[in-house]
Amino acid sequence: MTQVTSIKYGNNLSTYNGPGFQLTSLDKAIGLARKNSLWPLPFATSCCGIEFMATMAATYDLARFGSERLSFSPRQADLLIVAGTISKKLGPVLKQVYIQMAEPKWVLSVGACASSGGIFDTYSVLQGIDEIIPVDVYVPGCPPRPEQILDGFMRIQDLVAHESLRRRNSEHYKQLLAKYDIE
Amino acid sequence: MAILENNTVLEKLKEKFGAYIISSEEQYGMLSVTADSAFNIDILKFLWEDKDLEFRFLTDICGIHYPNSPQPFGVIYHLHSFKYNVRLRLKCFITEEQSISTATMIYASANWMERETYDFFGIIFSGHPNLKRILNMDELTVFPMRKQYPLEDPNRVDKKDYYFGR
Repeated sequence: MTQVTSIKYGNNLSTYNGPGFQLTSLDKAIGLARKNSLWPLPFATSCCGIEFMATMAATYDLARFGSERLSFSPRQADLLIVAGTISKKLGPVLKQVYIQMAEPKWVLSVGACASSGGIFDTYSVLQGIDEIIPVDVYVPGCPPRPEQILDGFMRIQDLVAHESLRRRNSEHYKQLLAKYDIE
Repeated sequence: MAILENNTVLEKLKEKFGAYIISSEEQYGMLSVTADSAFNIDILKFLWEDKDLEFRFLTDICGIHYPNSPQPFGVIYHLHSFKYNVRLRLKCFITEEQSISTATMIYASANWMERETYDFFGIIFSGHPNLKRILNMDELTVFPMRKQYPLEDPNRVDKKDYYFGR
């Protein structure tokens, strides 16, 4: 081992480089792979969904961040993007979609309605999706601009890159899911 | 074809149902008739069948709640005669214990409208083929448009006064 350098791949992936070899920790290599190939499942119900469509389209182009491939099946998705008002009647459907996603999985709550109920302070609307599923990143706005959604997505990427491989087996994570009655 | 005036509609109704027509008013050119809720189907059937009226399109059914009235719950039928291009509102009021007859045998479209009225006001339409909630979640225990229930969700936290220094 002759030298220690830090090569930038968006995050600070420290490697030990020498002639003919390169070493790093498994956590960091896998985090790097995961963060640049997130498959999002868009759960879009209203105007935030329109902003998400703009985020996917050519001008803003979410594909630049490794999310070219949207997954419309929860089984193959890594990231649940909830964009829009979730009524209480729709709540169990959203929870079912979250449960069906394979670990590891992350949740991005886009817009005021998904985050807090927004202007819909009423008996029929869920006051934030965090009443039924755990949320990793909240994007404020009504609706947020595509830049904000991209920023939220990059915060998710930070979480993914630095997540310990053991986190999903930890007691803390199990307690988090138990809080939402998810096995 | 003769033009159908609101007065003609009202006279025909009064001639046929007399005392069961409780009151009537005309606002912005549209006739509203309040009638005894026990005769709602007879009146609707007459309005459908009479050759000079033919109110054969049910635009909407609404519910309403006046908590201080002796008959607090209202069912309002919005009718339209395509033949004469005349509209009519028919209002029937009931108490909380009473039910009202279903209009599904006259208007098939009344099925979902009455389910909606039941869903939000808890008005029972007797004889309805499938009277269950249509819009709200099945687990809901209240009828949310009744005045005694709050409109806002009790779980909302970000509107609490202490967030605004109050």
